[in-house]
Amino acid sequence: MTKLLEWLLGISVVMSTWGLLTFDLLDLKLPPVYKEVAWPMPVYLLVVFGCYSLATVGYRVATFNDCNEASQELQAQIKEAKKDLQKKGLKF
Amino acid sequence: MQYNMANRKTSKSRVSSDKYSVLLPTYNERENLPLIVWLLVKYFGESGYDYEIIVIDDRSPDGTLEVAEQLQNIYGADKIILRPREKKLGLGTAYIHGIKHATGNFVIIMDADLSHHPKFIPEFIQKQREGGFDLVSGTRYSGDGGVYGWDLRRKLISRGANFLTQVLLRPGASDLTGSFRLYKKEVLGQLVKKCVSKGYVFQMEMIVRARQLGYSIGEVPITFVDRVYGESKLGGNEIVSFLKGLLTLFATT
Repeated sequence: MTKLLEWLLGISVVMSTWGLLTFDLLDLKLPPVYKEVAWPMPVYLLVVFGCYSLATVGYRVATFNDCNEASQELQAQIKEAKKDLQKKGLKF
Repeated sequence: MQYNMANRKTSKSRVSSDKYSVLLPTYNERENLPLIVWLLVKYFGESGYDYEIIVIDDRSPDGTLEVAEQLQNIYGADKIILRPREKKLGLGTAYIHGIKHATGNFVIIMDADLSHHPKFIPEFIQKQREGGFDLVSGTRYSGDGGVYGWDLRRKLISRGANFLTQVLLRPGASDLTGSFRLYKKEVLGQLVKKCVSKGYVFQMEMIVRARQLGYSIGEVPITFVDRVYGESKLGGNEIVSFLKGLLTLFATT
C-alpha cells in the first residue's frame, strides 16, 4: 500500500467516525454531548497539528547545530594537506 | 576456551577481509579532490581498514582528471582508481559505473567538495558492524550532527522540508537528502536500479526504497560544512523539484 493510500484510508476512517457522531447516522440516540464534542473536532485537530508543526520546526531551526569547530578543523587540515601534498610532488 | 579462541579467530579474519570502496563522482573539483583524497588516506590509514578510492570524473574542463592522475602516482594505482566517463551524466549512473569497478564488499558514497569529512567513515564502519546494517546514513539532523555556513533561511527550508517528508513518508531515517552513506555493495546495486529521481530527491528515493525493500538502516551524526570552494545554491527551482519528487514518492511508495 502506498503512503498516499494509507493517508486516504486514515482520513476516511476519521471522517466517517466524525460523520457518525455528528449526524447520528446510525440512529443510536446518542446523548447530545457527543455531537457537541464531535462536530468541531476536525478543525480542532487541524489547528493542533498546525501548532505542533510550527513548534517542532521552530524548535529544530533554533537548535540546529552550528559546527564552527568542524569548519575550523577542516581549514587547518586543508593547510596541512596542501603542504604535505606539495612535498609529495603534487602540482596544484 | 579453545572453541572461543577458534571462534574469535574466524570472526577476526572475516572482519579483516572487509574492503571499502569510496566512490567520488567529480565535476570541476580540481581544488578539492587532492584535499579529500589526502583526508581519506589519512583516516583510513589511521583506522587500518582496507580501502580504495574510485574517482569518477565526467570530463571536467578544469582538469580534475589530470590532478587525479598525479594523486594516483603519489598514492598508488591500487588505492586511487580512475574511472572517467565521456561526459556529464547523472549521479545514479555514476554509482552504477563505480560499483562495476569496485573490488570492496562495502561502498561509501560522499561528495568530493569537502562538505563531508572522512573522519566520520570509521564511525560509519563501526556502526555498520555493530548492527549488521545494510546501509548506514550520515545525519545532520540528530545527535551531534549539524551544519556550517547555513543562514536562517536555509535552515528553515531544510528543517521544514525534512519535517514535511517525515510526516508524509515516515521513512525511518532522519536525514533523507544527505549523500554521505555506506552501503553493502549489492544493496547499493539493487537500490540504484530502482531509483529514477534526480538531484536532492535521488538520495531521498534511495533511502525510502531501502526501507520499502526491508533493508536495515543505521545512522551516524555528521557535521556538514557547506562548500568551502565554489557555491551551493538553494533557489525556487530546487524547492519546486523537491516538492514534486516528494509527492511522487508519496503516491508511489
